[in-house]
Amino acid sequence: MSWVGKSALRKEGEKKLRGIAKYIDDISFEGMIYGTTVRSSTPRGILKKIEFLPGVNWDEFIKVTAQDIPGHNYVALIEKDQPFLAQEKINHPEEPVLLLAHANKHLLEKARKLVKLHVEPLPPVFNIEDSLSQKALVWGKNNIFKSYSIDRGDVETAFKKAFVIVEGTYETGAQEQLYIEPNGVLAIANPQEGVTVWGSMQCPYYVHKALLPLFDLPPDKVRVVQAETGGGFGGKEEYPSVICGHAALLAWKSGRPVKIIYDRMEDMVATTKRHPSKTKIKIGFDKSNKLIAMDIDFSIDGGAYATLSSVVLSRGTLHASGPYFCPNIKIRSRAVATNCPPHGAFRGFGAPQSIFALEKHLDLCAKKLNLDPAILRKSNLIKTGETLGCGQVIKEKVRISEVVERALQLSSYHKKRKLFLKHNSKGPLKKGIGLSVFMHGAGFTGSGETFLASIAAIRANEAGKLEVLTSNTEIGQGTNTIFSQMTADALKLDLKDIEVVQPDTSKVPNSGPTVASRTCMVVGKLVEQAAQDLKQKLISAQLLKEKYTRSEFLVACKRYRKEIGELKGISQYKAPPHVVWDEQKYQGDAYGAYAWAAYVAETTTDLRTFETVVDNFWAVQEVGKVINPTLARGQIIGGVAQGIGYALYEDVVWHEGKMVNNKMSNYIMPTTLDTPDIDVLFLELPYAFGGGGSKGIGELPLDGPAPAILNAMDFALDLELTQIPTTPERLMEKIERKTP
Amino acid sequence: MKKITLTVNGKKISVQAHPFARLLDVIREGLELTGTKEGCGEGECGACSVLLDGELVNSCLVPVLQANGKAILTVEGLSKKSLCPLQKSFMKCGGAQCGICTPGMLIASQALKKKKKRLSPKDIREGLAGNLCRCTGYSQIIESIQKSGGRT
Ligand code: FES
Ligand code: FES
Repeated sequence: MSWVGKSALRKEGEKKLRGIAKYIDDISFEGMIYGTTVRSSTPRGILKKIEFLPGVNWDEFIKVTAQDIPGHNYVALIEKDQPFLAQEKINHPEEPVLLLAHANKHLLEKARKLVKLHVEPLPPVFNIEDSLSQKALVWGKNNIFKSYSIDRGDVETAFKKAFVIVEGTYETGAQEQLYIEPNGVLAIANPQEGVTVWGSMQCPYYVHKALLPLFDLPPDKVRVVQAETGGGFGGKEEYPSVICGHAALLAWKSGRPVKIIYDRMEDMVATTKRHPSKTKIKIGFDKSNKLIAMDIDFSIDGGAYATLSSVVLSRGTLHASGPYFCPNIKIRSRAVATNCPPHGAFRGFGAPQSIFALEKHLDLCAKKLNLDPAILRKSNLIKTGETLGCGQVIKEKVRISEVVERALQLSSYHKKRKLFLKHNSKGPLKKGIGLSVFMHGAGFTGSGETFLASIAAIRANEAGKLEVLTSNTEIGQGTNTIFSQMTADALKLDLKDIEVVQPDTSKVPNSGPTVASRTCMVVGKLVEQAAQDLKQKLISAQLLKEKYTRSEFLVACKRYRKEIGELKGISQYKAPPHVVWDEQKYQGDAYGAYAWAAYVAETTTDLRTFETVVDNFWAVQEVGKVINPTLARGQIIGGVAQGIGYALYEDVVWHEGKMVNNKMSNYIMPTTLDTPDIDVLFLELPYAFGGGGSKGIGELPLDGPAPAILNAMDFALDLELTQIPTTPERLMEKIERKTP
Repeated sequence: MKKITLTVNGKKISVQAHPFARLLDVIREGLELTGTKEGCGEGECGACSVLLDGELVNSCLVPVLQANGKAILTVEGLSKKSLCPLQKSFMKCGGAQCGICTPGMLIASQALKKKKKRLSPKDIREGLAGNLCRCTGYSQIIESIQKSGGRT
């Protein structure tokens, strides 16, 4: 009996359904007080003075400023540029300056409003253009956090030979992760015992890494525990380090447990969002419609501090030329600084931005070539033995043509295009159908996984169960369930014999962050290997034969514990032999494996209201082995829904570096009425180096919806849309500009 | 402060609360029933949904005084020993992912099922329009309700 491939029930499902799962705001400690953050409202300047206005008894409040930090005032991640609390320089309008704590939440809120910050303003920049032209120098020597270049073949010569050249510019907006549970943490900290924090988070060891220098403590004096987490989508990747630091500083100073829960408005205005982007593309085709040259210029707005922008940029860059073969490719990319709060991880991590641009542009190219967009794509898809833009030779079998074929069939793409053309000739309702084809690399980019050197373990516990020990968090995507399925299969046990330990840095090894679609594929493999290691220990101790029954195995574990001691299997990541990446040249095997997909969207736009609805959606993908069909389908549908929001509704409105529509009532995410039934089809091609044969799927479904939807709209309206979100207002403007 | 009497999940309870305290806070902090969640605090997300005398309300918008003397159903009251059919169906169909919207979704679904016996997908989509879920894209929630059988 094998568990992998079956829709095993969600491991922690019952707790969640009964409402007894403990999320961070459901946990309280004796003597606990609340913390809050006083933020600058000036986008850039020099902090001159903090004034406490009358209205509350200030002696009752715990106050923490940069001066109170026991260690170093930077949020450890990649660069050391972001402070926990501004010392002197203010770089964005939500920069934390002062922390307050009090037992009474209402008084605390009152007090927060009674703090006046005196800031001498400096000239800010708020967008990519102004940052690049150095309207003001706001970061480093040139406002650039990171840049990359890719050069394959000779683009200039190829353009000279090209039969048709098509150019375009594309823009994507910021997007809020909008997990339904806002960020929150609880901390206990004192010089004797060190620091312990509990929180809603994706990456306990990121928080751990950030707290060590903040308090100047050794690793064993800092403990980070993940509470049940109400969604992340990247939004709880790096930001929790900041909040955990803040709560711990207040706890350290007050000697009491401190809880900080952001309300929705603070969460939306202050925490990270998807990087806005701008992409210029120039593509050349030969006479037979083959891609012969691609010149891509990709910029993302990183906000005020470096945070993860360099890696987001890298993923965006490596996905920019798509699942196509083109002999001559030039890519230039950069992440720039602006005086907005730092942009950060969000499902897809740079790829949805560059894929949007390319997949939108290919429809424009098809129009110029007078060709069906599906046919243009099909004749340029990558094949085994060919080289991707990043220099990766595809060695394994690829089923991308089959994926595209299935998506076209399922959606009756060609038939509908004809039908809709006729339908659209009259009336205000215009119907469209559009395609996007893409891939998503799973795991850290390049040598990232090798540097991480993740460790996973399996332990036989006192209760006779096998515990899975990793730092990979369950945030709704199904970590607990799939790890249990893989472990049960690796050891030939039952699901009920497996327990997944809640990530706690004092108990679990560092198996890396819960990001980059790596949990199932990369860490899942480590879990399986750790299980094998444990089994081998039983066999070496002659407590188990190669062939065994479930009960023999469980008895052997018990005996081992009694006669020998602690029984633990361990495994550490080693790059599969086929993955070679040259960081210096920035080329090679960018990812161990790719998931491949083709998405089709069917839309109706009402020319009276300029509203667009997605009527139908087909998501076809090859993702290695599907570990749990119900959970995998849930990942795809959920990701597509976020992609629909990204394309049509989710508009972050900025004013001087600040999000001004930071409420659920005016930042609109899709509801049950804005989402169609989404048709999901998986093709399988097991990947030998992925847990259970899987490839990552978490981020994939956000890459494709936006271009597919806009391609459908362009078809319906005979437009050339270039920007998301395409809200009704933007669409109206575009149509009115076209018809004078 | 005022004495407020509520029947919560079938049990009669009295609490001292400020009359304008949010029902949500009284449920979570006063009664320590933390199954009901806060996602927005402004009536948009439905994570705080409860039934107030059988009517679906966002408890973040209800001053506790308005609930005085009334019956409240929270997620904790949906089942006793084994899960109710609706919960079982959510489990089976993948209706809960991160779980933070789930208590509100279950309560809203319960209200919907009470109103109408045969629910079409359209009925369900309309009935749940006030409950946001960022994880599932809704399809599996809708299937969960459709497949949960008759009235719960
Ligand atoms: S918390 Fe009440 S509706 Fe969102
Ligand atoms: S399951 Fe996460 S918000 Fe609905």
